[in-house]
Amino acid sequence: MSTISRRTFVKLFGSSVMTMASLGMAGCGGSSEDAAATDIASDAEGFRTLDQIKESGTVIIGVFSDKAPFGYVDDAGEYQGYDVEFANRLVTDLGTQVEWVATDPANRVPFLESNKVDIILANFTVTDERAEKVDFSLPYMKVQLGVVSPDSALVKSVDDLAGKTLIVVKGTTAETFFEQEYPDVELQKYDQYADAYNALLDGRGDAFSTDNTEVLAWAKENPGFTVGIDALGNEDTIAAAVAKGNDTLLGFIDDEIKALADENFFHNAYDKTLAPVYGTDVDPDTLVVEGGAI
Amino acid sequence: MGAEFLLQGATIKRLLVGLGVTLRISLVSVALSIPFGVLMGVLFTRKNRMLQVVLRAYLNFIRVMPQLVLLYVVFFGSATTLGLNFSGEVASIIVFTLWGAAELGDLVRAALESIPRSQYDSSYVLGLTQRQTFLRVILPQALSRLLPPSVNLVTRIVKTTSLCMLIGVVEVVRVGQQIIDYYRFDYPQGALWTYATLALLYFCICWPLSMLSKWLEGRNTR
Repeated sequence: MSTISRRTFVKLFGSSVMTMASLGMAGCGGSSEDAAATDIASDAEGFRTLDQIKESGTVIIGVFSDKAPFGYVDDAGEYQGYDVEFANRLVTDLGTQVEWVATDPANRVPFLESNKVDIILANFTVTDERAEKVDFSLPYMKVQLGVVSPDSALVKSVDDLAGKTLIVVKGTTAETFFEQEYPDVELQKYDQYADAYNALLDGRGDAFSTDNTEVLAWAKENPGFTVGIDALGNEDTIAAAVAKGNDTLLGFIDDEIKALADENFFHNAYDKTLAPVYGTDVDPDTLVVEGGAI
Repeated sequence: MGAEFLLQGATIKRLLVGLGVTLRISLVSVALSIPFGVLMGVLFTRKNRMLQVVLRAYLNFIRVMPQLVLLYVVFFGSATTLGLNFSGEVASIIVFTLWGAAELGDLVRAALESIPRSQYDSSYVLGLTQRQTFLRVILPQALSRLLPPSVNLVTRIVKTTSLCMLIGVVEVVRVGQQIIDYYRFDYPQGALWTYATLALLYFCICWPLSMLSKWLEGRNTR
């Protein structure tokens, strides 16, 4: 008797639950309608062509939202930075509105592959591996390695590193570069940037090498330290990226980059966003690429 | 103090907007988890071998998968493979509902199974109908055992929504990071103050829930 009745209770309970569940589904339907409203009309390949973006009236651009001075949000809640300057110009010339998407280094490629954004403008370094998955535009910036050291024992060339200890962060280009090109230089490796800078500050190492943009910004904030070598090793370029095969949009961006050289656009963007961080000692031409020409 | 930047510009307002996003994702997910979770719990107590295997597999799948992986699968994976283009917030709600329903289902199962058979039998002996037994004897007991762990589940969901920023959702922790980054040079101690503010905001939401859970538990063992 008890088994049967228990089952009946469960049924009773179950049917009331079903009603609640269908109510829940109705609620769910409401929210998925909202989702449909923001859905992107896409063609067979999934990405939106230049014409489709113009037609929709809104371009979706992925930028960094917490990586000053490239992409960040100011105290008024507005997107700012070197990448955002270029993005804003593209938006103006497209004649559309913009929807910003806050990206992180790791999800820039997935955002393009899943066609969640039209363009990524987030300090995106061009690599062969990435170029297999997304299409890069002409470059608008370049990055090399820099070496920062105390003014009292300034390292101005790699030769100055003889008999000294160079700090690097594991997994960075700097580590690979010095291991391959200058195996004689003694390296001291750290996992975190903060640890590496602390090691330089308290003298555990004689100099620190990583991307020149990074050490230039740090040296400006830390008196007594100077970037003695501001461009070393392979030149990495930074470019905009679109979904693989989105030629119309890529063509538009490339044409923009070429045309903007006439007004020295990227140098102006540098003066506005990067110069306050890097200071006046840095030659903008070590970082800025105008007209896509290296 | 070094914390005055929190009062500048739209900082406070932006944090509150971010908190609103956090709460919206959490509350909608919880609201959807309740019917699905209860349904799942009730199905769990059915003596159907097949159903048990399926539900157990679902529960374990959700438990072993990191929420971040689920977010990536639903947000990016569904767009590339199924052509379903969810916004970041909708994808988040789907993932937290899948998770909440699985965990709540297990809690409901445990609560229903914890009611001893003698409770049913005693009710019949006293002449209560099936309906009366369920509503007046079984349900109140199951509910009082179910509520405290469920409220704890809600606080876990609220805290875990910070992962949503990794699929582009600008929730409260992401807003905090943007603020830290903006004031990085002018206020080197800004990170500490911003994180303290974030902690306070989470505390204001989770502490009352935790108190509620404690109070319910106290009432339960009375």
